[in-house]
Amino acid sequence: MFDLSGKRALVTGASGGIGRAIAEKLAEAGATVGLSGTRVNVLEEVANGISGDTHILPCNLSDKDSVDALIPSAVEAMGGLDILVNNAGITRDNIFMRMKDEEWDDVIAVNLTAAFRLSRAAVKVMMKQRYGRIIGITSVVGVTGNPGQGNYAASKAGLIGMSKAIAQEVASRNVTVNTIAPGFIASAMTDELNEKQRDSILATIPTGRLGTADEIAAGAVFLASDEASYVTGQTMHINGGMAMI
Amino acid sequence: MSDIADRVRKIVVEHLNVDADKVTEKASFIDDLGADSLDQVELVMAFEEEFSVEIPDDAAESIQTFGDAVSFLEKAVK
Ligand SMILES: NC(=O)c1ccc[n+]([C@@H]2O[C@H](COP(=O)([O-])OP(=O)(O)OC[C@H]3O[C@@H](n4cnc5c(N)ncnc54)[C@H](OP(=O)(O)O)[C@@H]3O)[C@@H](O)[C@H]2O)c1
Repeated sequence: MFDLSGKRALVTGASGGIGRAIAEKLAEAGATVGLSGTRVNVLEEVANGISGDTHILPCNLSDKDSVDALIPSAVEAMGGLDILVNNAGITRDNIFMRMKDEEWDDVIAVNLTAAFRLSRAAVKVMMKQRYGRIIGITSVVGVTGNPGQGNYAASKAGLIGMSKAIAQEVASRNVTVNTIAPGFIASAMTDELNEKQRDSILATIPTGRLGTADEIAAGAVFLASDEASYVTGQTMHINGGMAMI
Repeated sequence: MSDIADRVRKIVVEHLNVDADKVTEKASFIDDLGADSLDQVELVMAFEEEFSVEIPDDAAESIQTFGDAVSFLEKAVK
């Protein structure tokens, strides 16, 4: 439905559940896709599952120099950059009173500071070409909060605020900046929940099921498309109705 | 006209889509050449790239006219 032929996309966290689905769907829509993450073997596996043009661009997002090298290498590998998906994210949950400085710092570094540095570099490229799409994968938790996730909620709320600020700065240059806030998405992590935990989560979701990575990816394809050119500074909530905001 | 001025003029003409003869010494990017604040940032970035110099934020703010840009760059590029 949405045609991304000729577009070049970089997806961080492409070795993870949601990032992989986003990379696959962008490629299906015709984009050339740069796959980033730290586990090169998994990135290769993801690339093998994609019939379109892919590039493997390893990067440790908790290392500033490595982050700063990523956009230039993506531009070089793909000949430009039209779409950036800041999807990589980590959790280091702890009750707030017991939260360690490192737990705070690690989460902010990967979820927020890396997204800042990548977006800053990408915006320069996109402003020049008068076209760009930046998509941040935030979380419902960034809007509602969640006990045990003070650091994570802060990083995800930070991503939303940052995106709105950039969106206002660059809108006149055809660069849009949006976020997607997934609710509970089925993943390796949710597979490990026991039945009781699962039931209590499902009770909070009107659709009565977990979401899928493909349902997040569908949102990303839309936001990346030409058709979404009038959508900017927004947060798309894909959460089965668990929070209606 | 110095070589630097020619290169600066070329960037301004291309970026702001204006006639070269409008780009005079006293021409203000914003008031005379139709730039917005974002164009001004982009111009500074283009100058940095063209001349391989770093233009600090406070210097960038003082570059309001074509002449300002040329004299800054003539000093910075040695
Ligand atoms: N799953 C959910 O229910 C859910 C809900 C709301 C929001 N989200 C958000 O959606 C995004 C993707 O989540 P997911 O469920 O797909 O998680 P995941 O499967 O754990 O994937 C996380 C990805 O982030 C990458 N990553 C982590 N630390 C990194 C680092 N230091 N440097 C480079 N890459 C790093 C990982 O790459 P490597 O493994 O290669 O290092 C991996 O590809 C995250 O931002 C998450 O917060 C998920």
